[in-house]
Amino acid sequence: MIEFHLDTRSGVAPYLQLIQQVRQALRLGLLREGDQLPTVKDVSGSLAINPNTVLKAYRELEYEGLASARPGVGTFVTATLSSDSIASYIELSRDLEGWISKARTAGLDDESIGAIFQRSIRTAVQEEVR
Amino acid sequence: MTAAIEASGLGKKYGRHWALSDCTLSIPVGCVVGLVGPNGAGKTTLLNMATGMLAPTTGSIQVLGGAPGSGPDQLSRVGYVAQDAPIYAGLSVADHLSLGAHMNRRWDAALAAGRIRQLGIAQKQKAGTLSGGQRAQLALTLAIAKRPELLILDEPIASLDPLARREFLQVLMESTAESGISVIMSSHLVADLERISEYLVVLVDSRVQVAGDIDELLASHQLLSGARRDPATLPDSQHVISASHTDRQSTILVRCEEPILDPGWSVGQIDLEDLVLAYMGQARTSRLGLNGDAGAKILEEKR
Repeated sequence: MIEFHLDTRSGVAPYLQLIQQVRQALRLGLLREGDQLPTVKDVSGSLAINPNTVLKAYRELEYEGLASARPGVGTFVTATLSSDSIASYIELSRDLEGWISKARTAGLDDESIGAIFQRSIRTAVQEEVR
Repeated sequence: MTAAIEASGLGKKYGRHWALSDCTLSIPVGCVVGLVGPNGAGKTTLLNMATGMLAPTTGSIQVLGGAPGSGPDQLSRVGYVAQDAPIYAGLSVADHLSLGAHMNRRWDAALAAGRIRQLGIAQKQKAGTLSGGQRAQLALTLAIAKRPELLILDEPIASLDPLARREFLQVLMESTAESGISVIMSSHLVADLERISEYLVVLVDSRVQVAGDIDELLASHQLLSGARRDPATLPDSQHVISASHTDRQSTILVRCEEPILDPGWSVGQIDLEDLVLAYMGQARTSRLGLNGDAGAKILEEKR
């Protein structure tokens, strides 16, 4: 069973944080197929967040095919992130680490690197919209 | 579906002063609603009218489809914790529970006793000797154990320390998850409301400034910044909430349902606190007859 936490300063919507934490736990092997996720009541009680926020996260995970709800029992992990995606995850983070050290060499501090990163993500999202 | 609270043209006047005016709201059931606004904005007046303790001067209000406080049925459907969680200081915790059992038709004695045990409060303790956090928890327990469909909480956590506040919200959210009740809670602690609510009502100067689903509100408000520009030249679909200008730059908060495509703007998202502050600033601006700068200034100060 994993335990969720919430970073209220991150600016990331709470339901997205829950989804990210499940995905992250899957990538790191902390969660495996068949594992049960904490109940909605437990999560909203321990984090003091709205139960619908938790439901929304769990529904999204179901939609992605990562979890499935068994009525009256709970929500269970139904898939592990495939080894392909783990491999590409490792490769992509290696690429990014390379890019970051390039940026550091060019004299950028962490804040500027973060700004470029955020901005690029936003630009990419906007291009998808158009 | 009936609304948890449906108000139309609702107003309350004390002498020559309007504590609440022209309030039109339709709050869906099954939601946790945050009611936010500065002190004296009319939050308590609105909640008191929803419980039937105050009669409106103008307009009408329906709670869960019925007239507030209209009879035993209506009363048993609504739980209410008044400001500062009032309890009887001279009575023991057990006395409070048996009082609750005698005065409420749907009283859940097992739930009440269980909650008190979970909180680690001794039943024979006098309520007057409880800590602030425990008092608030006792008041919440009484309100939850009457098994209402709508729970109305007036600033229940304002006076509590951060730990007691978090514990209160934990219990509240656990109960909400369990029973699916509708909750309306007033507070000026936006960060707390942001965690627990999905619907927001901002009340300033006795008027509702904005009300709606929080996700939709956040998605429809954009902070535009770019070269200086008169807010009046924005398209009609972009409703200006606040604007501030330097000699070269303009920062404008707009409410807009469509994506902002104007390449001259860099578009930013705002969080709930910014949103609330902007609407509070807007109310102040319109009261002072200023030109929209004050609201944005408040927003800028906060950033």
